[in-house]
Amino acid sequence: MGIQGLTFCHFRGFILMTFPSRFRDGLTRRRFVTGIGAGGLLAALPRTSQALSSKAAPSGGSPLRASSGIIPPHPSERWDLKVGHTRISLDGKTMHAPTVGGTVPGPILRFKQGDTVSINVTNTLDEPTSIHWHGIRTPANMDGVPGLSFGGIAPGETFTYRFKLHQSGTYWYHSHSGMQEAMGLYGAMVIDPRRPDPNACDRDYVIFLAEWTDVMPHDIVSNLKMQDDYYVFRQRTAASFPKEAREAGSAGAALADRLAWSKMRMAATDIADVSGAIYTYTLNGHAPDMNWSGLFKPGEKVRLRFINGSTMTFFDIRIPGLEMLVVQADGNDIEPVPVDEFRIGVAETYDVIVQPTDERAYAIFAQSEDRTGYARGTLAPREDMIAPLPPMDPRPVRTMVDMGMGNMKPGESMKDMDMSGDISGMKMDGDMAGMDMKGMDMSHMAMPKMEVDDPGPPPINVENQMRAMMPIDRTGSLGDGLENNGRRVLNYKQLRATRPGADLRPPTREIILHLTGNMDRYIWGFNGRKFSESGPIRLKLGERVRFTLINDTMMEHPIHLHGLWSELENGQGDYRPYKHTIISQPGSKLSYLVTADTPGMWAYHCHLMYHMDLGMFRTVIVA
Amino acid sequence: MKHALSLAVLSALAVSAGTARAAQTVYRAADAPEATPVVYIGNIKPAMDQGTWLHGIFNQLEGRYAPGGTDFRWDGEAWFGGDYNKIWLKSEGTLEKGRLSDGDHELLYTRSISSYWNLQGGVRMDLDDGPTRTWGAFGIEGLALYEFEFEATAYVSDRGRFAARVEGSYDFLLTNRLILQPQAEFNFYTKSDTGRQAGAGLSDVDAGLRLRYELWRKFAPYVAVTYSGYLTQARRIARDQHDDTGSVRFSLGVRSWF
Repeated sequence: MGIQGLTFCHFRGFILMTFPSRFRDGLTRRRFVTGIGAGGLLAALPRTSQALSSKAAPSGGSPLRASSGIIPPHPSERWDLKVGHTRISLDGKTMHAPTVGGTVPGPILRFKQGDTVSINVTNTLDEPTSIHWHGIRTPANMDGVPGLSFGGIAPGETFTYRFKLHQSGTYWYHSHSGMQEAMGLYGAMVIDPRRPDPNACDRDYVIFLAEWTDVMPHDIVSNLKMQDDYYVFRQRTAASFPKEAREAGSAGAALADRLAWSKMRMAATDIADVSGAIYTYTLNGHAPDMNWSGLFKPGEKVRLRFINGSTMTFFDIRIPGLEMLVVQADGNDIEPVPVDEFRIGVAETYDVIVQPTDERAYAIFAQSEDRTGYARGTLAPREDMIAPLPPMDPRPVRTMVDMGMGNMKPGESMKDMDMSGDISGMKMDGDMAGMDMKGMDMSHMAMPKMEVDDPGPPPINVENQMRAMMPIDRTGSLGDGLENNGRRVLNYKQLRATRPGADLRPPTREIILHLTGNMDRYIWGFNGRKFSESGPIRLKLGERVRFTLINDTMMEHPIHLHGLWSELENGQGDYRPYKHTIISQPGSKLSYLVTADTPGMWAYHCHLMYHMDLGMFRTVIVA
Repeated sequence: MKHALSLAVLSALAVSAGTARAAQTVYRAADAPEATPVVYIGNIKPAMDQGTWLHGIFNQLEGRYAPGGTDFRWDGEAWFGGDYNKIWLKSEGTLEKGRLSDGDHELLYTRSISSYWNLQGGVRMDLDDGPTRTWGAFGIEGLALYEFEFEATAYVSDRGRFAARVEGSYDFLLTNRLILQPQAEFNFYTKSDTGRQAGAGLSDVDAGLRLRYELWRKFAPYVAVTYSGYLTQARRIARDQHDDTGSVRFSLGVRSWF
């Protein structure tokens, strides 16, 4: 651990040359010592208290304001939350952060499905705040988005959220005011199902992934406005050219590729806008060298509820030596999928079950998509054990597929993409009901009267620099940087709900939206327009709508619709998964169905926070 | 039953045909702007995409060494505004032997017109130890193909003369922090102005090959080879005034921005 921590510190120190490594090393050493001590002392205590008093407990006069990942023993209908400022130091980076209850992440809230819950949120900040319950179906006035749901929570005020929980699973909450979420105002929610949980395990941990930095969100945006690759230190350079030439087969081929990107005024190395140059990636609020650990006894089933609560980072997660059984996505149970690795977009959640049989430690390794850092934790039979970390994978490089130039490789087909629009014209009448349509994807069988709101290809303008000429279906694509790594990686096509959808009506309307942006000016939007230049998307109450997203940018965007489910059309027919956040891959086209069954104004946006705030946001009005 | 079967066949056909498209395609954006904007609770906008930003940069802040004495030169710009409209300030000048020359200061309104280009219009003041001149300025600025930074500005003076300036630079990444930047600026005038050592036609050039190291994105010391000189008619004017007509200098400086 010492060596690990030191290497990490030196890397960071080199990048920034601002933080004294003395402080960081001190912190590391102290944590290390405390860890051993606590482990030895607590070994005799019963399981729950041992786990509870693990790393989250303040110790040695140095309060560590992080999370244990332990879910409270019982659900509660009532929670009192206090939002306030807390001075937090992590990895040598100190921030006066807005927090819930003084910790980052905030407390894990546990509820029971079917309960009507009351959550009193008291604001002790000197600015307005709010809490949004991400993925929870509430009445519009309880959704917690200032301007859309309510007027926010003024300083000194208490707001009571009150709603009935119709759903169960793993979710999270975060502020929707200003940039508070980017600074630490977030936490996990667990809702017990009314029926016995098919995925109940001996151990159950929340794994909350996020980033930590001492650079203020406003400064990050300002830097990106001035220089879009401000935080990217993995560009292709003269020094990296020989390696590229080897990989491309010849210097000429490598040069041609460089020139092609350069001509488009884009960078193939543009993976994440904000990187490990300033971010420390955290797991339950623990920096990598603090090594969060979760305990197990060999043979036990362990449930890990992964939540990506970060601002700008996608993570690729694996536990070397263990197979992960993915059993839930975005709070909804799915048919279990065994994998070695999965990618989690910002705001998504995945529940996995692992069953370690050996008396050894396992590393939970979550590398950022751009490979500039990782969050890590350990599953171990004892507190003081540490698992070796695998090396980081090479950073991805964008290709013509990401540019929307289609896919010449055989793996991904364009058939599925063409399906959605093309069959909508067929006639169906009364006899349909009597037909055995099992196994057929009803979602593709639209009624004759279907309206398609197609804005056409987006304009190339100040706010949009590119157009995907041949967007393809990438729901079966593993994601940039995950192909051919020899591991079984989860893809969207594998998500199959355990029960059929609640609304099997075909859509009566299709809304096509292009995801657009100008990286150079750092402006984001839909259909070549940012939020302030666009109107709302109006849905009729009860309407069944297909949203089709065409990604004309060269980045992934996790698109989140508040208040209503997004049912991903991934080829699973009536068993299509219900999601609250859907990754649109670069150069791709995908669709999902929405039943507009709850009236009100809802937020609809990219969950990369700086994309959202710079225009990739729409208001959806259901009336 | 038979009817149902034929329907099933029909639907299978439709699926495989894959080209029939009878949906009522409406060519409209579902999020098109509306005449009356949405009223938000408490007038709180849920996304703040109309922010204004303030930035400034010294592309050149350098000493140019020569046996006879060292010149000091700066070339910088600053702007304030949003995605479409900005106020833009440019300033450059050279201090040689206690005398300020090539002092060019512009205040421009800048309008974004495409993905990579901005239009600029405003005033230019030639303000240094030479005679003062005032110009109206109009130009274009942006990122050309292959990521060349480029700007071209045309000027008309209060005395009815015309001038133009073209400037370009390119960042060549040797490593992610070691960057080689060739840069050149050319000035043209329609009429000579001996007071300011300007000649008709291509009058002067200022160019540099700068190798900077980005210690921090906003702070990059550099070494450079720079050339500043007069051409054609201006060269004769400078010679007549017993002035330096052009020289290559070894230079040290800092590129810095906020």
